Parts: sequence; C-alpha cells; structure tokens
Amino acid sequence: MMASHFDIALCLLIFSVAAAALLGRQTFMAIVFFITYGLLLALAWLRLDAVDVALAEAAIGAGVTGILLLIARARLKAMDPRDAPLPHPAVRTIAALAAVSISAALGLRIWSLPPSEGLQKAVRARLSEAGTDNPVTAVLLNFRGWDTLLETLVLLAALLGAWTLSRDKDWPGRAGRAHHTLPDGVLAEFGRFLPPVALTIGVYLVWVGGHQPGGAFQGGTVLASAWIVTVMTGLLPAPRVDDASLRTALLAGPIAFVLLATAGLFADRFLYYPPEQAKALLLGLEAALAVAIATTLALLVFGAPQSREET
Amino acid sequence: MNLEIWIPYALCGSALIGLGLYGLLVNARLLRRILAFNVIGSGIFLLFGAMARRSGAPYADPVPQAMIITGIVVAIAATALALGLIVAHARAGGGEGLPGDDAMAEVQDDEGLDGMSDGVSDDVSDERPEAQESQR
Amino acid sequence: MTDLLTMILTAIGLIFFAVGSLGLIRFPDSPSRLHALTKADNLGLGFIVLGVAFQAPGAAALLKLFLIWALAIFSAGASAQLVGRIALDSGRSDASGSKR
Repeated sequence: MMASHFDIALCLLIFSVAAAALLGRQTFMAIVFFITYGLLLALAWLRLDAVDVALAEAAIGAGVTGILLLIARARLKAMDPRDAPLPHPAVRTIAALAAVSISAALGLRIWSLPPSEGLQKAVRARLSEAGTDNPVTAVLLNFRGWDTLLETLVLLAALLGAWTLSRDKDWPGRAGRAHHTLPDGVLAEFGRFLPPVALTIGVYLVWVGGHQPGGAFQGGTVLASAWIVTVMTGLLPAPRVDDASLRTALLAGPIAFVLLATAGLFADRFLYYPPEQAKALLLGLEAALAVAIATTLALLVFGAPQSREET
Repeated sequence: MNLEIWIPYALCGSALIGLGLYGLLVNARLLRRILAFNVIGSGIFLLFGAMARRSGAPYADPVPQAMIITGIVVAIAATALALGLIVAHARAGGGEGLPGDDAMAEVQDDEGLDGMSDGVSDDVSDERPEAQESQR
Repeated sequence: MTDLLTMILTAIGLIFFAVGSLGLIRFPDSPSRLHALTKADNLGLGFIVLGVAFQAPGAAALLKLFLIWALAIFSAGASAQLVGRIALDSGRSDASGSKR
C-alpha cells in the first residue's frame, strides 16, 4: 500500500499536537491536547490496518488516560502546590540535542531496514487451531498468551500500588471520593441513559473479538466506563475496597488464566489449549479477562479511598 | 506518491520518541513529565505498528499489534500509579516538582496569557465554592 | 453518484466544523463559545454522518452510524450544559453574557 497526502498530513498533525501537549503553558490545555493526540493516533492505526489497536488506543490511550490526567490535575490544583522552576537553558539545549539525535538515528536506521516477511503467514497457517478467527486475539490469548497473563498481573499490581497510597484512617472505605449531584440534574440523567448503552456495546465488543476487531481489552474498557459514569454521576456509590465480590472480580482474570494455563499441563504443556476445545476455552477466558479489566480500570480511575475533607 | 505507507508513520514515531524525551527532560512539573513519558511510549507503539505493515501483504502483521495492545494497557497501569504517586507526593508537602530540580531560571506559571482559560479551566470536580475562592 | 453525495455532504460538514472552531477561537467568553461549539459542531457531525451513511455496506452499519451520532449529540449536550453552569457559577459571566 502506498502512502497518500492524508498520511503525511496526519503525521504532521500528530507531531504538532504532541508538541502542543508537551510544550504548552497551561496544564489543562496540555491534557486536552494529549487526549486529542490519542484520538489522532487512533486514526493512524486505522490507516495502518490495525483496527484492534485503534479501538484500544481510543478507549484506553485517549479515554481512560484522559480521565486519570484530568482528575490528577484537579486534585493537584486544589492543593495549590509550590510552582516548580524551569530548568536552566543549558539543560534545554542538551535535551534538544539528545532528542534530535535519537530521532535522527532511529529515522535513518528505519529508512535503511532490509525488507522482511513478518509473521503474518506463520499466524495464518495455525489460525484454524487457535480457537478464534481474529488473528490479533489469537496472538494475544493463544500464541503469546504468556505476555497477556503477565499483563493481567501488572494491572493488578498497579491497582495494589495505588491502594497503598491511601491514608490509614481512610482504609478500608469506599474507593475514591464521594460524588454528590442533583438527583434530577443533567449529570444524573446522563448517568441514567449512558451506562445501559455502554454495557451493551461493551459486551458486544468482547463477543465480537472472536471474529472481528474487538476483544476483552476494548470491551472491558467500555464496561469500565459504564461503571465510572454511574459512580461519577452520583447514581451509585463507589464500591468498598474490602468487598469480597469486588476482589473476586479483580482476580477473575489472572486466576482464570493461570488455571487454564496449568490445565494445559495435563494435555501437553503450560498454556496449551487443545484445538477442539480452544474456541470455548478462549471465549470463557475473554469473559473473565473483560470482567477483571473492567473492574481494575474502574478502580484505578476511582482511586484509593479518600475522605472528603482531604485537600 | 510512491512512498510506502509505513514510512511516514515510522518517521513520525521516531520524531515522537525524541519529542517525548525532550519534554521529559525539560518539564519541571511532574504531571507534564507523565505526559512526555506517554508520548515516548506511543511513539514506540507507532514505530511497531508501522513495522507491522512493512511486508507488503494485504493485511497487517498481528504479532506487533498484540504487543502494542499489551503495551497500551501496561502504559495506562503505570500512568495511573504514577499519577497517584504525584498526588500523594504533593499532599505530603512535596509540591509538584522533585527535590534537585532547582536549576532556577524562572518559575513556570500555570495560568495562560491568552484569553482561553476563563470558565473552562477550573475543575469540574466536587470542590466547594469556598475552596475555589481561596485559591485566587 | 453516491460518492459525489458523500463528498459534498462531508465537505459541508467540514465547513461547519471549521466555522465552529473559528467561533471557539474568536468569541470572548464561555457561553458564546459554547453556543458556537454546540450548534456548529453538532450540525457538522450530522452532515458528516449523513455523507458517510451513503458508503455504509448494509443496514447494520447504518444503525451503528446512527447510534454513534446519537451518542455524540447526547454527550455534547450534557457537557455543554455542565460547562455553561460552571461558567455561570464561577462568576466569569452573568446571564446576559457579558464578561465580568
């Protein structure tokens, strides 16, 4: 496939928006530019025929990261901290030199790369025994299942790290801060309308990941956003962090994966799915992963338990 | 134009990595450094994604795509933890910079000079009006 | 024929978006900017969705496009309401729209 003028324009736009995000003066504008940058990257993924990645980037990279940044900015602004000083001009020159040389070195190396086959053919050859028709899902859950297994543990570790940041007097309690809204105001109506739609779309995305772009990560993020909207619009209180069903949901993904992987030991080896049952196994695994991802992401956005008198 | 499609995106990815590195080194505020770190990460992902399109087959290589998705999820986990640490650090009295960043040239001022900050840049969270008043 | 329709409708939508962004930059305070954004951008989105609808490969895709459009409009309306109320409450402008 050949590049078009659109691709050149898109790349220039992506770079400019990223520069605006990093070099602008106001933090709020920087975050808005960063969210826009994420959405433009999703367009770039579409041009590169990576639709699953486009979905993940739009939902996770632009959406949830944007919420996290805005919440952090609001909390920092409320504390009104000391301003940090700008670095010395010499530091800026050295940084600019480092940046330009790294980019140039990478660019030159890429330009002179020899042509390569890629792994498409290898994946396509074994796709029928992988249990799914979507090659990316097959790679994520089957061929490179080890990476995804560890990834679920990384998510859990990040959440545990975030939870350790709460103060002793706030623990255990409801995650994050309480949200109060007018019961018949705009936010409440929004919270009544959007979550059912998001729930349907999220479940659909998880299901359709078996044969079209989609999957547990993308669908799980949409499900997480349904829960986040419900809590942020004040319709439901945030869950208690010591709630047993919450903790089960968090562990559903890693435990299901480890169990499945060890069960494979009896058939052949660790992380082996017999081709006849692969489809059913992967569907169950995707469901468990979607639940775990939705819960973990939502709890990461809610934050550690915090009382309202906190600044 | 007879440029293969992956070339502009690969070059954009390398440029983003450099830009993110510059932002990481130059910004004093920690929140901006998280943004810069994410830009470096997504630059690397863009590089991967462009590599996935190199072989000339009609569809993209699924293995780099799976790695990118894994990377995106890990990046947000790290970002969430890092933001929690920044807020806790500021709450414990550390301000929004790290000790040792004091190559003093001028203080980075957060409110803009153009007219685009009014009304929208104040936070929409559950701050009471009195708390907002005391910031001014 | 459908390609021509798509191009015309999408172009009209783009013009509306450009006008809305111009309003965002040029208007003096939040309520007037909101006015420009919600009116022009939603109209622009409607035209673009209409234009793209002619390229849809089936009824399912058409339904999905309509759902996207409905969700975007709903979110835009809710967020415009909230931003407007914050702008009023924080005293940046009174109800007559003049900047204090």
